[in-house]
Amino acid sequence: MSLLDDFLIRAALAGIGVALAAAPMGCFVVWRRMAYFGDATAHAAILGVALALALDIPVFGGAVAVALVMALTVSTLSGRGYSMDTLLGVLAHSALAFGLVAVSFLTDVRIDLMAYLFGDILAVGHADLAVIWSGALLVLVLLAWRWQALLTATLNPDLAYAGGLDPRREQLILTLALALVVAVAIKVVGVLLIAAMLLIPAAVARPFVRTPEQMAIGASVSAVISVLGGLALSLEYDTPAGPSIVCVAAALFVLSSLFRGIGQRA
Amino acid sequence: MSLISAEKLGVRLGGHEVLSGVDFAIERGEIVTIVGPNGSGKSTFLRALIGAQPLNSGRIVRAHGLRIGYVPQRLHIDPTLPMTVARFLSLPRRRGAADVSRALERVAVPHLEGRQMADLSGGQFQRVLLARALLEAPDLLILDEATQGLDQPGSAAFYRLIEELRQDLGCAVLMVSHELHVVMAASDRVICLNGHVCCQGTPEIVASAPEYRALFGTGTQGALALYRHDHNHSHEGDCDHAHHRHEEEA
Repeated sequence: MSLLDDFLIRAALAGIGVALAAAPMGCFVVWRRMAYFGDATAHAAILGVALALALDIPVFGGAVAVALVMALTVSTLSGRGYSMDTLLGVLAHSALAFGLVAVSFLTDVRIDLMAYLFGDILAVGHADLAVIWSGALLVLVLLAWRWQALLTATLNPDLAYAGGLDPRREQLILTLALALVVAVAIKVVGVLLIAAMLLIPAAVARPFVRTPEQMAIGASVSAVISVLGGLALSLEYDTPAGPSIVCVAAALFVLSSLFRGIGQRA
Repeated sequence: MSLISAEKLGVRLGGHEVLSGVDFAIERGEIVTIVGPNGSGKSTFLRALIGAQPLNSGRIVRAHGLRIGYVPQRLHIDPTLPMTVARFLSLPRRRGAADVSRALERVAVPHLEGRQMADLSGGQFQRVLLARALLEAPDLLILDEATQGLDQPGSAAFYRLIEELRQDLGCAVLMVSHELHVVMAASDRVICLNGHVCCQGTPEIVASAPEYRALFGTGTQGALALYRHDHNHSHEGDCDHAHHRHEEEA
């Protein structure tokens, strides 16, 4: 019997895979103030799930495709005279609503909506694990490959241009990475809580770090602790796993904020 | 061949014509200053030169392998982004510790490597921006209102540093400034920009040009007394636009 036959081991591995991809991506979401952007992309994924089920294509593919379309739409529309938070608010919630309506049409497929909204990490199978880790590794490779350029573009687009980079291209790469993170995270925390996995670990790490790299590593550590802690919580008290993970992350955030408060007074 | 040149440059922003028919060139080792009232397209022009601003007409020609060091007007670093000085200087290209420390010494703020960018004073911050530009080993240093927020002795010291750097490194310098008297004293050539090139030449020529006086009024005459000569010169191009309108806005 292989170790991977244990559902709890599979759940932990799936969670760690998502944590390692979401944490550094989340740093960019925080630095570039893209929180709502992450939300919109994640909410659009539910529509992707519905379309994938209707067309009988892999759920992961459908989610990536629709999340990417949403992310590109937002990138394109931004800076065209719309107020960004209104635009994102409209798109995020419309995508979710359309997704939920689309799911209701799928009468011949029995789908557990809750599993997509809040994740179903304890039901992760071998194939899911392979998809999650491939997606997560792809995100990490993308971010590592473009790291210097992404940081420069995040700092200031004109500095990037002067250095011979194209910040619009870097924005596209981030958008693609974000869509991938969303798609791999659906099974683990569900579309409604993906933004939390992006933002909270990065925010937890912030008071303790001095460079972007330290923040990415710190965020990854806090994300992994949240996943393992959440799973333990879920096992002990029979709570839903996805929300439990986010609860642990939120608790870490409170501790980290207290540390920051003490640090500033000292 | 010029380091970089612009031919009949035109830029529209939101339907408004910001730059039109701008011809420009800068040679190796030259210090050129661009002056002009608010909204005259100075920053847009610099952004066009570094490739950050799409053109509506005209073209920009760069010397092959031209290295540009760019110092932006202001740089806001989001407080959520932790950034030490040393890390900042390693963007977009990684730099060795020795290079970083030498660049900081060069701009007279040694030993700042470990400090957070957010904790620097205005003067230190500008010098660190300059150090980052120097690490490119630039042929051309471009500065956009680099002394904004510095007091007068601070900005005077900053411009002295720029002049020293030009001498040591032999790079050309292109800067935009509103501090006419300080900046013009250090320039080989001044370009007066107001959507188009109103006039250009040595500081003396520009300071006495009627187009320049019309843009900046007579209030600056005291500071510019140094440049007041009697000499004849002519301008190219038309200057039939309403200069007095800008005076009222200023």
